[in-house]
Amino acid sequence: MTATTIPQPVAQEAVRTALSTSARPARPSGLSTSLTFWWRAMLKIKHVPEQLFDVTAFPIMFLLMFTYLFGGALAGSTGAYLQEVLPGILVMTVTWITMYTGLTLNRDIAKGVHDRFRSLPIWRPSTLVGPLLADGVRYTMASAVILGLGLVLGFRPGAGAAGVAAALGLLLVFSFSLSWIWTLVGLLMRSDNAVFAVSNMVMFPLTFVSNVFVAPDTLPSWLEAFVKVNPITILVSAIRGLMHGQPVGGEIGVVFAISAALVAVFGPLTMRVYRNKA
Amino acid sequence: MHTQLEYAIEAAGLVKHFGRTRAVDGLDLQVRAGAVYGVLGPNGAGKTTAIRMLATLLQPDGGAARVLGHDIVTEADAVRSRVSMTGQFASVDEDLTGDENLVLLCRLLGYPRREAKARAGELLDAFGLADAASRQVKTYSGGMRRRIDIAASIVVTPELIFLDEPTTGLDPRSRKQVWEIVRALVAEGTSVLLTTQYLDEADQLADRIAVIDHGKVIAEGTSSQLKASVGSGALHLRLLDPAQRLEAERVLLRALGTPIRLEGDPAALSARVADAQRVAHALTELSNAGVAVADFALGQPSLDEVFLALTGRPAEDQTDDDAPADATTEEVAA
Repeated sequence: MTATTIPQPVAQEAVRTALSTSARPARPSGLSTSLTFWWRAMLKIKHVPEQLFDVTAFPIMFLLMFTYLFGGALAGSTGAYLQEVLPGILVMTVTWITMYTGLTLNRDIAKGVHDRFRSLPIWRPSTLVGPLLADGVRYTMASAVILGLGLVLGFRPGAGAAGVAAALGLLLVFSFSLSWIWTLVGLLMRSDNAVFAVSNMVMFPLTFVSNVFVAPDTLPSWLEAFVKVNPITILVSAIRGLMHGQPVGGEIGVVFAISAALVAVFGPLTMRVYRNKA
Repeated sequence: MHTQLEYAIEAAGLVKHFGRTRAVDGLDLQVRAGAVYGVLGPNGAGKTTAIRMLATLLQPDGGAARVLGHDIVTEADAVRSRVSMTGQFASVDEDLTGDENLVLLCRLLGYPRREAKARAGELLDAFGLADAASRQVKTYSGGMRRRIDIAASIVVTPELIFLDEPTTGLDPRSRKQVWEIVRALVAEGTSVLLTTQYLDEADQLADRIAVIDHGKVIAEGTSSQLKASVGSGALHLRLLDPAQRLEAERVLLRALGTPIRLEGDPAALSARVADAQRVAHALTELSNAGVAVADFALGQPSLDEVFLALTGRPAEDQTDDDAPADATTEEVAA
């Protein structure tokens, strides 16, 4: 591991030269630094490709498992069930993997590199916005995997490519907004295990007690009431509608409103905690 | 106007508590610009917490500080654009290569893409890391890690650099390299605040030293002033025959005039010495008295000895601010 054999005086001279040549460039914009952090997250995917496991294997498993497990019982055939359940599983998978945002942040901070980022004269949220944008790439990959497999299994979106693209766009907006909950959890929890536990506790009821698998009117009334106000239910309805060409303007509006509210509440809270992180 | 600045750091009564623990408890510090200032203390003395406040990573709970003339709370951004911080743990991304790490920082500091690449190459060369540029930092040795870390801190030349225990855990050779780098920094006009657990490191590098304990400065001065209050070092002796230890103690007591400590090892004794000249005399006296010495060593006073002299008790290892960020609180309170 002796990579350097440079004698000390030379090293000192070289360091002095390196110091004297630097003139400070103009301060970069918040967008520019966010994109730089996005690039960092992409580099990490390049160096640690295993982290893509959750956006490739996980969606395949979910789709196959639920389609064949429930299809016959709930819709009479897997083909018919797939039309309803695929948009739901898409939402479930992508919103579920948003929680890796918190895990990644928690581990990243534990390693100490954020000390340096936080001591830089940059727009502070870019440290968190960059990775969230990179997560958008992961969500898109997961969606592509589900849609690709779905098409093979017989999923036929009535609204065609345009409808699917609009649905994906809406899903990405919601996921980005939802991620701000996980950044906060990631900062507040002491270990990545705790982050994982809390995220699961939120995501299990949110995704399962929704209209992803069954129609809400088959449920006992108290449960139906919860399902109907569950944001995931509203999102799933909007995504289904967009993919199959049904009118869902109201639901889309509600999804945007929830997304805006999530960012407005959890964005500043996250930054507040991040600023004072010991 | 900052060239005229007399003090790089002026802190008055800084306080930071974690839960019930006061990690920093009324810290006063005045660090002259253009010099190396050493903060000496055991684990848990509050060194890291103090540095993190001065580098604007933590908000103080009390007191105030100006860094390069700017308030660390109300003008944090101005402070950030003038200082650099190298943390105790690698403040670089282990998953990225050395080159990627530096390009990342160059980009964050505003270099356009091509210039960022060039600047990164320049720094890798200067720090003797060109061969390792395309390897992930996690494969680096401790010394290389430190160097990439410091390189990352001088992408743009800071007016003040914080080095938190820059040589802890390094082998002697890497340690010397880091010292050389620190000297180069100062020669180019950067002020340096470094924390350390080693008196000899502070002695080698720092113009002035503050000894801190329980979040407070308990002694401050040049290394000579500090040593004058502590004694210049300790003489450690081992005898060939443990039976002669009492005889040796008597001879040494007379020759050195300082208390002699009998070590756990029945053949060993040690003494604080104020003046190294007298050691030669003491050794001659031992030989005249017929006491056979197996070996002896004259050491710089250790941190423990400094603490013993200043506080009358050994340095306690409390490991508060060396623990990873959020584990800080409980251990100390316990």
